[in-house]
Amino acid sequence: MSGLTRTEVAHVARLARLRLSDEELDLFTVQLARILDHAADMQSLDLAGVVATAHPYDLINVVREDVVRPSLDRDVVLAAAPDAEDGCFAVPRIMGEEL
Amino acid sequence: MTLPEGWEMVVGLEVHTELRTATKMFCGCANVFGAEANTNVCPVCLGLPGSLPVLNERAVSMAMAIGMALHATIAPSTFHRKNYFYPDMPKDFQISQYDLPINSGGYLDLPDGSRVRIERAHLEEDTGKSTHLGASGRIHGADRSLVDYNRSGVPLVEIVSGPDIRSAAQARLYASELRAVLIATGASDGRMEEGSMRIDANVSVRRNGEPFGTRCEIKNLNSLRSLQRAIEFEAQRQVELLEGGGVVRQETRHWDETVGATSTMRVKEEAEDYRYFREPDLVDLAPDAAWQQRVADELGPMPAERRAAVVGLLGEPSDAQRDAIDVVIDLGLERFVHATHAAGGDVAVALARVANELAAAEDVSKLTEAAFVATIALESSGQLSATQAKTVLADLIASGGEPREVAAARGFEQLSADSLGDIVAALIAANPDEWSRFRDGDDKLAQFFVGLVMRETKGRANGKAVIAELHARR
Repeated sequence: MSGLTRTEVAHVARLARLRLSDEELDLFTVQLARILDHAADMQSLDLAGVVATAHPYDLINVVREDVVRPSLDRDVVLAAAPDAEDGCFAVPRIMGEEL
Repeated sequence: MTLPEGWEMVVGLEVHTELRTATKMFCGCANVFGAEANTNVCPVCLGLPGSLPVLNERAVSMAMAIGMALHATIAPSTFHRKNYFYPDMPKDFQISQYDLPINSGGYLDLPDGSRVRIERAHLEEDTGKSTHLGASGRIHGADRSLVDYNRSGVPLVEIVSGPDIRSAAQARLYASELRAVLIATGASDGRMEEGSMRIDANVSVRRNGEPFGTRCEIKNLNSLRSLQRAIEFEAQRQVELLEGGGVVRQETRHWDETVGATSTMRVKEEAEDYRYFREPDLVDLAPDAAWQQRVADELGPMPAERRAAVVGLLGEPSDAQRDAIDVVIDLGLERFVHATHAAGGDVAVALARVANELAAAEDVSKLTEAAFVATIALESSGQLSATQAKTVLADLIASGGEPREVAAARGFEQLSADSLGDIVAALIAANPDEWSRFRDGDDKLAQFFVGLVMRETKGRANGKAVIAELHARR
């Protein structure tokens, strides 16, 4: 068993801004624990000879040239915003830090 | 300011620099500062559903150039999502590099001889910019923030130093040397006032010989002065706290420049769970030897070497000249000083003109090295006064041309040695008391005569030539 606790699930839900009922918390604790158990099963396998898979596609260095392409029209962009002011997206005031 | 006896500060810096690419990190929107809000945005940098990032090749080249300049190891790397919610990041995650950064290891040597290790220098994207409106008289929604996404997705390199810095002054020196290196690589314009280089400082203190103490992170220091003051304040605060029997809490702190103090922004334990995971929309980055070689080939000498070359021309530069050299190296204009030296001209005068007149110009592409050297020669020989030489340079910078022609067009007639001699002789005759005091050894009187000559010639005379003339007659 992974030993996943209800508190940990509540914490992860809060980080993801999900509001869960008590019933959902119970349910997801059981379900997520099963997923973690499955991962633990795989961890226990001897995979020394298997190359790590970084990505399902066997591609590296997919890049584009540094050339400017047209941006969107601002009126169109702001029309999709819940609220706008002075050419900016207006959102509820963020308290605390500036990032 | 120094810490009380027996205490030592331990500082590491995280420097974010925006890259001077034409476009953003993962989309073709223009990367420019100061554009009208939300005019350089598209589905990718707005985080609209279904949009997919494609990595900017030049951002990778610039990141490698920075790594090479810092003697770092370039290795295959990956991108991760750093998840958190904040309105200036519309995707609700920032694409960054986590356990496998493009550059790791390395060091930066500072002008004072110290060496600071570099832990890593990785690629990531910048966030948008929010402006917080305070509560105003408006009836509804008075308390809100406005967000501009022009900066969202601008490529950044974050350079993380080792915990090797031991004073606020050394932190400042590190930041200023790193800034010079970033500019020299061509990856950054180093404009801290525009936010294109921003610094976070990790500060802790310990009694001599003890293990590292608990550190606090001071966010977003946007000038070298703020950096130095904030670190001094924070180290002092921690020492006072510990000496008073308290403990330092690991937290993020904000520096208030006007108050001159740091204050708690958020406590570490209750935040900082970014749930990093691999960005599934981007593949691995593994620049091959040929790509790395192209970047290496374009990388010129670094500031320390270029500075030493100019210092070598001057012998023992004064402090003011050292400052001038820093300016000239930052702007990449030292070729004019070297050209002057190669032509046997006055290097000190050349340095002063480059650090002032040329540095103040937006663009010096019309000024040829030959024209610059010739102007300095005219000034040194006294055919142009300092004021006239500055005017001629300004004209040459604005429209190009040849200095003699520009001087003639300006009506700067050459003041011949003969006529200067005549003027000096006449002024000596008119001021016999001052002259005899000068002859008796009162050198201050030289400036008196220089002033008279300048008035007489309407500033056309060369001050040094006048002094030479006075001494010849003493």
